[in-house]
Amino acid sequence: MAYSDKVLDHYEHPRNVGSFDKEDASIGTGMVGAPACGDVMKLQIRVSEDGIIEDARFKTYGCGSAIASSSLVTEWVKGKTLDEAAEIKNTQIAEELALPPVKIHCSVLAEDAIKAAVTNIREKRGEISGSEGAA
Amino acid sequence: MQAGLGKNYFELFEIPVDFQVDLGRLSLRYRDLQRRIHPDRFVNATDQERRLSMQMTARVNEAYQSLKDPLQRGCYMLGLRGIDINAETDTVMDPEFLMEQMALRETLDAVRGSDNPGERIVTLANDVTRLLDKNIASLEVALAEEGEEALKRARNLVREMQFLSKLQREVEELEEELG
Repeated sequence: MAYSDKVLDHYEHPRNVGSFDKEDASIGTGMVGAPACGDVMKLQIRVSEDGIIEDARFKTYGCGSAIASSSLVTEWVKGKTLDEAAEIKNTQIAEELALPPVKIHCSVLAEDAIKAAVTNIREKRGEISGSEGAA
Repeated sequence: MQAGLGKNYFELFEIPVDFQVDLGRLSLRYRDLQRRIHPDRFVNATDQERRLSMQMTARVNEAYQSLKDPLQRGCYMLGLRGIDINAETDTVMDPEFLMEQMALRETLDAVRGSDNPGERIVTLANDVTRLLDKNIASLEVALAEEGEEALKRARNLVREMQFLSKLQREVEELEEELG
């Protein structure tokens, strides 16, 4: 299957690969996985006191589309508020990367990862309780 | 021969619907079935019988592949109970489990560049096998129980096994490469 140029670009030059300390109070971590393909994705955000995402990192074990989806999201979320970041939709990711239908689930994974990271930092900030965030 | 197409895999092989499968018996039944329905035996039969023999052969092969592998067998058994394993929108897994998966993949990545890759890959292969075996044992218990909770537990165990089995394939590939 042919990857789009944008997927290849992110795959060959992934942005923001790496990790933050997940115990840090300003770091939100989202871990998600896709059993069907065994992909594992970790997406982390560093959030300022006034709720702006200052930086992001990701680590993904999966196919090119999964890597590109998470790389793209780390670029998109920088400078966004938590609310804005949580509103990112997988369809936007899929459209930007021109993902074929069989790879749409990779963009779903990236959307879920950023949502999980936002939930995690909100729990740390005491904005929501743990049980609410587990959904 | 017709009756076979409507049967589930266990019925086809005439074994109980049970996660614990006698692999020796399974493979004997497989060879027996294959022999009886082989398309070569229907060369002079009607078109319809020949077609049916091919359909049956494909189904028996599919059934055998599903039943002999614990992960596929688990998926299939949950499917029989109406449980979907791979909803693509369901990416929520225990974070601890995913962290461990991430760490195992990092370990695999580090094997190639290490001083003793041959030794390290064997250690990792053993770790992964142990984790898989643990899940298989728990799955056997969960599938033998009744009720929603056990079913949920079984589904989660199978989902975890999918990650582990992918990892195992990657470990085996590197093992082969390292010779």
